[in-house]
Amino acid sequence: MEFFITLIQVLDSTVRLATPLLLACLAGLYSERAGIFDIGLEGKMLMAAFFSAAVAAVTGSVWLGLLAGIASSLVLSGLHGLASITFRGNQLISGVAINFLASGLTVLIAQSWFKQGGRTPSLFGGGRFEPITFPFADSLSNVPIIGPIYAELLSGHSILVYVAFLMVPLTWWVLYRTRFGLRLRAVGENPAAVDTAGVSVVGLRFAAVAICGVLCGIAGAYLATALQAGFVKEMTAGRGFIALAALIFAKWRPWHAMGACLLFGLLQAVALRFQNIDLGGVVIPVQVMDALPYILTVVILAGFVGKAIPPRAGGEPYVKER
Amino acid sequence: MEKMPKWADVVLIPLISLLLATILSALVILAIGENPIEAVNLMVTGALGSTYGWGYTLYYATNFMFTGLAVAVAFHARMFNIGGEGQAMLGGLGVAIVCLYVPWPHWSIALLAACAASMIFGAAWAAIPAYLQAKRGSHIVITTIMFNFIAAALLNYMLVNVMRPQGSQDPATARFPEAVHLPTFQSMFSTAENIVFRGAPANISFFVAILACFVVWALIWRTRLGYELRAYGHSETGAVYAGISPVRITIIAMLISGALAGLMATNNVMGEAERLVLNSTEGAGFIGIAVALMGRSHPFGVFLAAILFGFLYQGGAELALWTSIPRELIVVIQALVILFTGALDNMVRMPLEKLFLSLRKEAE
Repeated sequence: MEFFITLIQVLDSTVRLATPLLLACLAGLYSERAGIFDIGLEGKMLMAAFFSAAVAAVTGSVWLGLLAGIASSLVLSGLHGLASITFRGNQLISGVAINFLASGLTVLIAQSWFKQGGRTPSLFGGGRFEPITFPFADSLSNVPIIGPIYAELLSGHSILVYVAFLMVPLTWWVLYRTRFGLRLRAVGENPAAVDTAGVSVVGLRFAAVAICGVLCGIAGAYLATALQAGFVKEMTAGRGFIALAALIFAKWRPWHAMGACLLFGLLQAVALRFQNIDLGGVVIPVQVMDALPYILTVVILAGFVGKAIPPRAGGEPYVKER
Repeated sequence: MEKMPKWADVVLIPLISLLLATILSALVILAIGENPIEAVNLMVTGALGSTYGWGYTLYYATNFMFTGLAVAVAFHARMFNIGGEGQAMLGGLGVAIVCLYVPWPHWSIALLAACAASMIFGAAWAAIPAYLQAKRGSHIVITTIMFNFIAAALLNYMLVNVMRPQGSQDPATARFPEAVHLPTFQSMFSTAENIVFRGAPANISFFVAILACFVVWALIWRTRLGYELRAYGHSETGAVYAGISPVRITIIAMLISGALAGLMATNNVMGEAERLVLNSTEGAGFIGIAVALMGRSHPFGVFLAAILFGFLYQGGAELALWTSIPRELIVVIQALVILFTGALDNMVRMPLEKLFLSLRKEAE
């Protein structure tokens, strides 16, 4: 029974930790499916985390914070679009620049506004997303097996967690069942064909980059206003890159993205709960758990376990007159 | 026909990009309520106003020369090596192993061994992404990013579980023995009555970095391998037609790049810290990207850009000391330089090209 309780707790924390990964991963999915590589997910999340926490701290309203986070992430998305779509620059270099820009600006502004060493004041009350308790969660929690699963695992998360998981079927539907989705995928594979059909490549790509910005904004806001209570320096801690890894792991497909993010979330949850894991004499050090998402991604990329083929036109600016 | 004279491409565009980055940085300083002109004054006196300041500026510049050259070599073969950070970390591991576990009689021999070890370790860390790019077609940018994180985890493990001396809480190796301490600028250039570079970390590996600049220049423009590398970077199909093997060039370019990034450890690990600590690279691997872009991937350009960034780093540290501007201002400037010289290159280039074309038409 004790094992069961531990399991539920680890899975519960898996869901919490997988949420920002999932949002960022889906963000990357839209962008990369449209042919715009985005290694700036990390930076956009960080920027959104700061602005959501800052605005929530000042106004006391977490919803205004969320809006501010999304807006700040959208600004960076716009910059990425300007560099990689309008001026046909190198998308990877633009992503690197955006990561540094966010990393520097957040601390600079935080220090200038709050003078607390690059962090925002702690959020409380209406400044945070509170957990949502499902109906009857309390009364059902004593039912064996199903009770804890319902009360602990499914109920009691903030609204953004449910938003993130609902985004998965929505993304699938948009990409595979709508005209917009078809065009979005086409523009990532063969932009010239889309252009010939009379659809604006630039417009589609900007739309994809904007969706990416919104989702990264929600991911960042979740980090600062739901998972933790306030912004601290470099709080994304490489999550944007783990999301990128998950995206490759999932081979750019929404349902698989959820699976990959849950797996990587589980790894984080396990590393958080148990430091070194003793498996009958063989001790797995915590650093292995930290590195495992990256190692798994390299193995997948190497094509030893199925091949991960990115969208064909990914990373290449579209030149109309060629 | 060239749209622009060469000097415009090599000098004018980087200068305009730098100017744009400077203007934006000044606006950022204004926005947080400080005076940009005073800030520049402080940075100049702090970084260049004394031999102490120069000692720090050149120390940082040494790091950036190595990582900048690493990125530049990969750029010539049209690859983007973001893994300089991880390769430099592994280089540090190599240097630490050589310095700690071999009793060296003199620093000069130790330096040669450390150079070799750091290059081998750095190159080894670049070898797997290189192989995966060449043979399995997995994108070098993604794999090198992943390898940065794996390197950080590996280093963390080595320092916490393996190399930490008994009884120490600090995740770092023991101090290197006295015999392998590199001569600093203070011991090299001071006379009895006039002590210069007092306490600054610049050391003999600055000259190793300059040597590396020459070697890379000779390699890229004066050898057959360098020609193949550039040919491959210009046009893969053309290179294949000329009998150049893409697999071989990709792997060799990345090995050289990794070795150069690894070499940085002779400066920061052997020359400055004299032991291996966590996060010894302090992001220098990423600054290499800005340095290579700014320096147009030419060793001399890299040399100049590295000194510029060395100045920014030391100046930024002084700013953080004397004003309320945090060190992160440098990260913003670095981001703006990468943005303007790298990603938004066309924004500067297109109007300039138009300008030069119209000037030429008028002249004709």
